[in-house]
Amino acid sequence: MKTLLETSSQKAVGLFVGLLLFAVGIVSSIVFGVADISWRTIWDSYVRFDGSQEHLIIQTARMPRALIAAAAGASLAVAGSLMQGITRNQLASPSLFGINAGAAFFIVTGSAFFGVSGLSAFATLAFVGAAFTATLVYTLGSIGNDGLTPLKVTLAGAALTAFFSSLSLGVLLTSGQTFDQVLYWFVGSVAGRDLNIFTAAAPYIGIALVGAFLLARHMNVLTLGEDVAVGLGQKTIYIKLAAGVIIVLLAGGSVSMAGPIAFVGIIVPHLMRYLVGLDYRWVIPYCAVYGAILLLAADVGSRYISFPKEVPVGIMTAVIGVPFFVFIARRGGRS
Amino acid sequence: MSSIQAKNLTLSYGQKEIFNQLDLLVPSGQITVLIGSNGCGKSTLLRSLARLLKPQEGSILLDGTEIAKLSSKEIARRLAILPQGPLAPEGLTVHQLVKQGRYPYQSWLQQWTREDERMVNRALEVTHMKELSSLSIDSLSGGQRQRAWIAMTLAQNTPTILLDEPTTYLDMSHQIEILDLLFDLNGQEKRTIVMVLHDINLACRYADHIVAVKDGHIHAQGKPEVIMTEQLIREVFGMACQMTVDPIFGTPLCIPHGKGRSLKDSHSK
Repeated sequence: MKTLLETSSQKAVGLFVGLLLFAVGIVSSIVFGVADISWRTIWDSYVRFDGSQEHLIIQTARMPRALIAAAAGASLAVAGSLMQGITRNQLASPSLFGINAGAAFFIVTGSAFFGVSGLSAFATLAFVGAAFTATLVYTLGSIGNDGLTPLKVTLAGAALTAFFSSLSLGVLLTSGQTFDQVLYWFVGSVAGRDLNIFTAAAPYIGIALVGAFLLARHMNVLTLGEDVAVGLGQKTIYIKLAAGVIIVLLAGGSVSMAGPIAFVGIIVPHLMRYLVGLDYRWVIPYCAVYGAILLLAADVGSRYISFPKEVPVGIMTAVIGVPFFVFIARRGGRS
Repeated sequence: MSSIQAKNLTLSYGQKEIFNQLDLLVPSGQITVLIGSNGCGKSTLLRSLARLLKPQEGSILLDGTEIAKLSSKEIARRLAILPQGPLAPEGLTVHQLVKQGRYPYQSWLQQWTREDERMVNRALEVTHMKELSSLSIDSLSGGQRQRAWIAMTLAQNTPTILLDEPTTYLDMSHQIEILDLLFDLNGQEKRTIVMVLHDINLACRYADHIVAVKDGHIHAQGKPEVIMTEQLIREVFGMACQMTVDPIFGTPLCIPHGKGRSLKDSHSK
């Protein structure tokens, strides 16, 4: 297959360019908005904080927002690429593990029956819900002699997604309250979050990203199929388990910070395979860097669609994602 | 020289018992072919020899050591298995596939050595895949695809190679191409080859040793010219036939009875 970047040095340069774009993305995310801020002021606000409104906006709103967009984008893209490897299905994404539906269900239940409110509390609930559902999907997908198979895990994910989505709607309809906050969460957004939502998720997202990179070599073998991987001496059960835990940390961390953001987990791995091929040792770092860039860019763009009102970035990615998804499907899932 | 031996092997799939207390000694440095009708368990037996299926009882001995006591990577350095109908991810190139054959030699510290590079190049040369190595597997013909997979198992550099129906779904010229390749690997490099084949006549031509499997036991085994008789075909495949001699190779040739156009006045029933 012809990839855009062929040699290792080209790929290394591509990654370096990605890191530059990433830096530009972070700065842009802080600079652009209803109140434009000069990039010098960003520096000042951390070096010579003067308590001015601009400095406060940077530290409490813009910076957390940029960091959350970057972390969520990177997590979703890496989680997506791992899921596509485990399920051997190029259209797989974190939502397939029931992660978003489980997170949503826990939030709906928490606010309807236990009076939970606020994005920080939602973040914890979302993560627990995501981890719970993903574990359930994983367990159901592993029942039987042949262990975890792509088909079983896909079916289990689809079934539990449908199940938890129905339960969530049922709770929303029957509880008779209005859940503006919950509905807002459902769309997926990186705006209006405190820095502590980021700092709570950052450590395990960081660990999971490193783990994903260490797993890359083994993923290359696992994607050849269970029998071939075992024949090559791989303990596939451990590799699948490790990948499962990493997916839960990444996708769960992302949904806890930003709610369900669709399509990043599909689009980015696809584009990266087009850029660097199938070798996970390149795909993983590329997904992390360019996933962050995509969500940063989508978030900055979403501020200008109906300026000065903001569109949640979850809607933005869906608008970009649907045509892309149809495009992939029409090409028969080929990357 | 390596040896594989099954001792007192009991295998089952789910509740269904396939083999009960089976013993088998694979002759080393030779080509062994497992034959038998569909569902007789020959693939199951091959998979268990390669530790893809855990036995209920009994053991597989690799060079005299129980494979249950060896690490999976250690086994992969001595024995390669090509499963039936392997499927490469779309877009994977031949070179990338063959490189994965070096997985059992790699670790956290030791990632890619000159030896790895040499083995990959050699595997590509032996299988005549050098010129195709930058192409993606899904763009190749069935025969080339199978050669790419065999190249991956060769990169493992194991004295023993197991193949589950390596010629299934290939047209006749590609079947011969694959079997010739395996024949040369055995002849020139003294690799032990064990495979499942459906074509009895090709089995007779290429095998040094045939193992005929029926209903979860080994019905007969030995040199094709000794064991392949009309009676054995009837007992193992439930098919009437006439055995004759291959006019080119002199190996046993099985002509099945049945219906069809006949240009002779009468033929034996």
